Amino acid sequence: MTAVADTAHDTSQIPAPEGSVTVTVKILRFNPEVDDEPHWESYDVPALPTDRVLNLLFNIKNYVDGTLSFRRSCAHGICGSDAMQINGINRLACKVLVKDLLAKKGKQTTITVAPIKGLPTMKDLYVDMEPFFEAYRAVKPYLIAYGNEPTRERIQSQADRERFDDTTKCILCAACTSSCPVYWADGSYFGPAAIVNAHRFIFDSRDEGSEERLDILNDAEGVWRCRTTFNCTDACPRGIQVTKAIQEVKRALLFKRV
Amino acid sequence: MTVTPEALSLDKPRSPRRPAARRSNFELYSWVFMRISGLLLVVLVLGHLFIMNILDGGVHRINFAFVAGRWSSPFWQTWDLLMLWLAQLHGGNGLRVIIDDYARRDSTRFWLKMLLYVAMAVILVLGTLVIFTFDPDIPAS
Repeated sequence: MTAVADTAHDTSQIPAPEGSVTVTVKILRFNPEVDDEPHWESYDVPALPTDRVLNLLFNIKNYVDGTLSFRRSCAHGICGSDAMQINGINRLACKVLVKDLLAKKGKQTTITVAPIKGLPTMKDLYVDMEPFFEAYRAVKPYLIAYGNEPTRERIQSQADRERFDDTTKCILCAACTSSCPVYWADGSYFGPAAIVNAHRFIFDSRDEGSEERLDILNDAEGVWRCRTTFNCTDACPRGIQVTKAIQEVKRALLFKRV
Repeated sequence: MTVTPEALSLDKPRSPRRPAARRSNFELYSWVFMRISGLLLVVLVLGHLFIMNILDGGVHRINFAFVAGRWSSPFWQTWDLLMLWLAQLHGGNGLRVIIDDYARRDSTRFWLKMLLYVAMAVILVLGTLVIFTFDPDIPAS
């Protein structure tokens, strides 16, 4: 089948509540059983300014084309399932409001939605996350402690907890890793998300596995491949200072100090 | 990127697919080298451009005698030698990183790097040789 862009879709079934405006949602569609490569399709759908992009996708899926595939779970910005490229920027579809994407008065609004880059697209907006999780597992993102288990809890001061507070917020949505140009070009780079999750344990005073993790990140595919482009920090839906975390790991390696 | 067969294997789903860390500090040192050589090159190259192109009539006064005069002083010999080595290693390392990023196949990566290393070696050896064995008494014509 040849990829035909902009075939007219009947979107009249979608309920249009009072106050809604018509926006064009351009989705990069890909069906591996039919298409050789992804192609754009446009849907003119009614949208309230308070709608999230996820609502628009659901309206298209429920009323126009049930084969539209995307991930979502909680739909409230916590599970990290629906990271996608919205208007060229990696965002969670459940956290982007239509009112922030509306064009100037009198102009037609177009919202482009594409799958995140750097991971193999399986169908439409749905990507294979396995390479991403493989890099995550490789940095040992769990507490490593030697010696006897304490009979009480492992005590930590507020200042020690504060040290890695920022990187505990990660929800593993892959928005940062799939916005990283080094990751696009070479998938064997650990990527920002894995480094953020290593940072969370490297700087934890209760953890004793910092050396192991720093050794892993000191390798050819580790933190030294970071080019400090700040794409990851811009992309993070949780507001984590990702590039800063990567720099802190570099500094720990450079000065042998955690 | 495609789904590799091992990504689908179920017998050992959690076995590491990456080679163990090599425990080498090469990437760390090359990262530090890029920062330090970059700083030095700012001084060396801008100084070189200033002397060659702006000072005392600039490029119009450069001839064989001018170069011969400069290279009779160990200071300018050291300056040029330092500039040659730092620029070659800095640029070479930068290109190595770019090749690592953008070469898709291992064989492409290997041959591009070989080409790069050979070119670097030739320029370094030739440049060093000229700076140290330069003979101002050969006929200028």
